[in-house]
Amino acid sequence: MKREEIRVCILRVGGTNCDAETQTAFEALGVQAEILHANEVVKRRNLMEYDALVFPGGFSFGDYVRAGAIWAKWLIAKLGKELKAFVDEGRPILGICNGFQVLVEAGLLPAFEGISTYPEAALATNHPPGYNCRWVYLKHENHGKCAFTFKIPREKVLRMPVAHAEGRFLFPKEKEKQFLRRLYENDQLVFRYCDKNGNYANGVYPINPNGSFHDIAGICNPEGTVFGLMPHPERAFYWWQQPDWTRQTLMPFYGDGNLIFESMIEYLEKKF
Amino acid sequence: MKFRLKVEVGLKPGHSDPEGETTARLLRELGYRVERVNVSKVYTVFLEANSRDEALAKANEMCRRLLANPTKDNYTIIVEEEK
Repeated sequence: MKREEIRVCILRVGGTNCDAETQTAFEALGVQAEILHANEVVKRRNLMEYDALVFPGGFSFGDYVRAGAIWAKWLIAKLGKELKAFVDEGRPILGICNGFQVLVEAGLLPAFEGISTYPEAALATNHPPGYNCRWVYLKHENHGKCAFTFKIPREKVLRMPVAHAEGRFLFPKEKEKQFLRRLYENDQLVFRYCDKNGNYANGVYPINPNGSFHDIAGICNPEGTVFGLMPHPERAFYWWQQPDWTRQTLMPFYGDGNLIFESMIEYLEKKF
Repeated sequence: MKFRLKVEVGLKPGHSDPEGETTARLLRELGYRVERVNVSKVYTVFLEANSRDEALAKANEMCRRLLANPTKDNYTIIVEEEK
């Protein structure tokens, strides 16, 4: 598939944000990206016309019930078949921040045995409590399976901003160890919070901004085609989006977030 | 028949409750000898069903499908008949 033929669908509902930034990132890389309201996709039944799907950040449906829960259940009810076909065909799905919460609530992540009826994980209230909006460091943990990060060397430290109040990744207490082992066995672990030098946060605030289990910031499904992360790569797409970019000696054009979009596009170019 | 369901969704034991901890801290600062606070959400659902059992079954289904995330949430349901 040629780069200019790739069509990305960025879904929107009341309360989502950063859809325009995500569109800008894709368009800057020569890909067609459309922002569509989810109702529009249901009405036109045209989800399968797109090669990739993005759930942006924000506070869909006011974060009522739990962050991402309402949109997730709505999607399964209205677009369940299309979503399953999307995943089965290996078309990439990206969930950023609220999008990650949606993918977890919808059972598309971690999806150990395929899309699960009930969520197998949760993104709970931050610990310590409060909304955290600032830059964090992430260590790339994936061995190359994830379609969104295979261009990033393993153990590379990336810098991206987080902006959330419910980002504490959790597994059921009784299955914590078992599920973590499966994440490693299936190569589903993608990003963990770390400090500037790549030392893991070990749950300690503020390096781990939300108290996430095992410092987890992003995971993918066993196939590596569905990926969710709490930080915002589209807010770290250009180098100058970093708060201290004028004080740095290196001046590349792109920031670390670019690698996620580049990887996804290259995956589509190679696979389809 | 009309029913009123009181569905309370709270955290399973063992999961930390940052909202509860923050609330407890302030209550202590206000002079109360508070040991712990657990925060939960209560949904009052009004619905029609043929029997109390059916209403309860529906409420259980609602919790599994939307109101609770089994990873971290427990729930209790009280069914009351509406006059």
